[in-house]
Amino acid sequence: MSVDSSGNGRPERVGFFTDTSVCIGCKACEVACKEWNMVPEDGMDFTSMSFDNTGRLSADTWRHVAFVEQREPLGFQDPGVGRPGPVDLGMPAFELPGASTGAEERGDFRWLMSSDVCKHCTSAACLDVCPTGALFRTEFDTVVVQEDICNGCGYCVPACPYGVIDRREGDGRAWKCTLCYDRLGEGLEPACAKACPTESIQFGNLDELRERAEKRVEDLREAGVSSARLYGEDPANGVDGAGAFFLLLDEPEVYGLPPDPVVTTRDLPSMWRHAGVAAASLLVGAVAMFAGRR
Amino acid sequence: MNRSEVTKEDVRGRTPGRDAITGAADVVGAEQRRQRGEGRRRKGRGEPTRVPDAEFRSYYGKPILNQIVWEAPDIGGYLFLGGLAGASSVLAAGAELTGRPALARPLKYAALGAITGSTAALIHDLGRPERFLNMLRVFKPTSPMSVGSWILLTYGPLAGVSAVTSATGWFPRIGRAATLGAGVVGPLVATYTAPLVCDTAVPSWHDGYRYMPFVFASSAAAAAGGMGLITAPLDQSGPARRAAVGGALVESVTSSTMEYRMGLSGEPYRRGRAGAFMRAAKALTLAGAAGAVIGRHSRLASAVSGAALVAGSACTRLGVFYAGTQSVEDPKYTVIPQRRRLEEGKAARGEGEGGVSVPQARDSQD
Repeated sequence: MSVDSSGNGRPERVGFFTDTSVCIGCKACEVACKEWNMVPEDGMDFTSMSFDNTGRLSADTWRHVAFVEQREPLGFQDPGVGRPGPVDLGMPAFELPGASTGAEERGDFRWLMSSDVCKHCTSAACLDVCPTGALFRTEFDTVVVQEDICNGCGYCVPACPYGVIDRREGDGRAWKCTLCYDRLGEGLEPACAKACPTESIQFGNLDELRERAEKRVEDLREAGVSSARLYGEDPANGVDGAGAFFLLLDEPEVYGLPPDPVVTTRDLPSMWRHAGVAAASLLVGAVAMFAGRR
Repeated sequence: MNRSEVTKEDVRGRTPGRDAITGAADVVGAEQRRQRGEGRRRKGRGEPTRVPDAEFRSYYGKPILNQIVWEAPDIGGYLFLGGLAGASSVLAAGAELTGRPALARPLKYAALGAITGSTAALIHDLGRPERFLNMLRVFKPTSPMSVGSWILLTYGPLAGVSAVTSATGWFPRIGRAATLGAGVVGPLVATYTAPLVCDTAVPSWHDGYRYMPFVFASSAAAAAGGMGLITAPLDQSGPARRAAVGGALVESVTSSTMEYRMGLSGEPYRRGRAGAFMRAAKALTLAGAAGAVIGRHSRLASAVSGAALVAGSACTRLGVFYAGTQSVEDPKYTVIPQRRRLEEGKAARGEGEGGVSVPQARDSQD
């Protein structure tokens, strides 16, 4: 987990492995992130959908803990395909849990919790489309916004396939997770990983994290948790591998993650070609309009 | 909370908690497991599902993407005025070369006015307008907005010189060169905004990238032709009329084709506010084209038809804009096509092979 030079004068690529199977939903990561990075409050709201009152990642939320409630047994889990969506558990009541339902339903409940964060993509759309160069790739292969350069054009917001980066109301600039760039330089781990009490958020050298994650998924599957799968770790995926990847217990969309995101700039050369042909057609068409009789 | 320390060598005092196997079969007693297993089977719930369909799963129905932060009047106006300016310059250059000064002059003014408005709308939409010049810090071909800024920087002065020399009569040769220059750069101004909106994760924008430049170019031609019909006398507005009608017809065909060929991502173009704008655009454009043909001997009918075409072009851009925001709002536009792509990929590789990141089918376990 060293962030020192690896001999070639360049620090190793670092990232997060978020193992949601041990997340307890304490939101210490959200708090630590806000404290360290001095991120303003993101609205004191009750979403009324679950214990998740944060809602989503945004300019003022750089870590977001998702809470998914399912009528599924905790142990003896199944793969997670074709299962109905999250269930409404209703308001808290004074009766014993499960007293009103039959014995069969009792206990068929699991809570999935996952701490979401910027993926620090290898091919990052936000960075590609930024017209000012405010977004840049650091020596740790992370993606960071320079707030003294960003002019708030907002192009990165719809470019991000994960819905991470956002423009801050009243401030006008784009903000997102920096993977604690300031802490990395001092050899410290990011605030969220530091605060995580179960080490659900693991920080370190990306290759090492990938190995560890493979092992973890094997262990879980061997133990019968057949729905465990990694998300975003594959260097051959649509963003050429995420710098922050996850171990999930259900399909990504259940956690609010896109199932198969692709960096939009992959199609940009084709877009430019199509635009070039369209521009040429406009010119040729106009010439034809004048070539005719009066 | 976490007592481990990151040191230069490694982490000291790792918490053992992360190795816990939660939710595993072992956690549950054998008796309980048997009961549950039987209970589940008796209920017979959960048919094996392999093919994703209209049913999709999401996080409380919340959008996956963050909503576009641009304002509709600003960016819709920016797209529309950019198109109007670019195509007007093309027509102005043609009119200049073929000796139609009464068509060239108003189009040059329209181009300058429109590009000024377009740039102003873009700057107004920035979160930090005073930092607009930061756009010129770099030239990035990966960012259509960066490329667009440089195109505007090239085109703006040409359109300005063209219009000012035309109004004052000074430096006619420089004016002519600027007019021709603006006419050459004009098509780029009218079309670069298509890659600009398509180079995003917004489903209804990205998935239309093969058609959007043609929609924008033809819509721009219709608008500029319409502007020519409004401003030029009948004896000189012939090419503008042909451009208007041609642009309108091509736009109607390409935008319908785009909506159809995009599949699910084309749906927002028929729904809600986007649908209303797209229908209005089509009605105005086709009515304008018909009016331009039928009323070709009437100055007033031509001007009204021209105005309808200009308004139709503005509606097209607003329709495209709102289709984008609507496709962000509903997670189905993000999830279903991606899920389908995954399933198709899995089928192509051969079923059952699946790596760790591919969810197994339910029946493989039971």
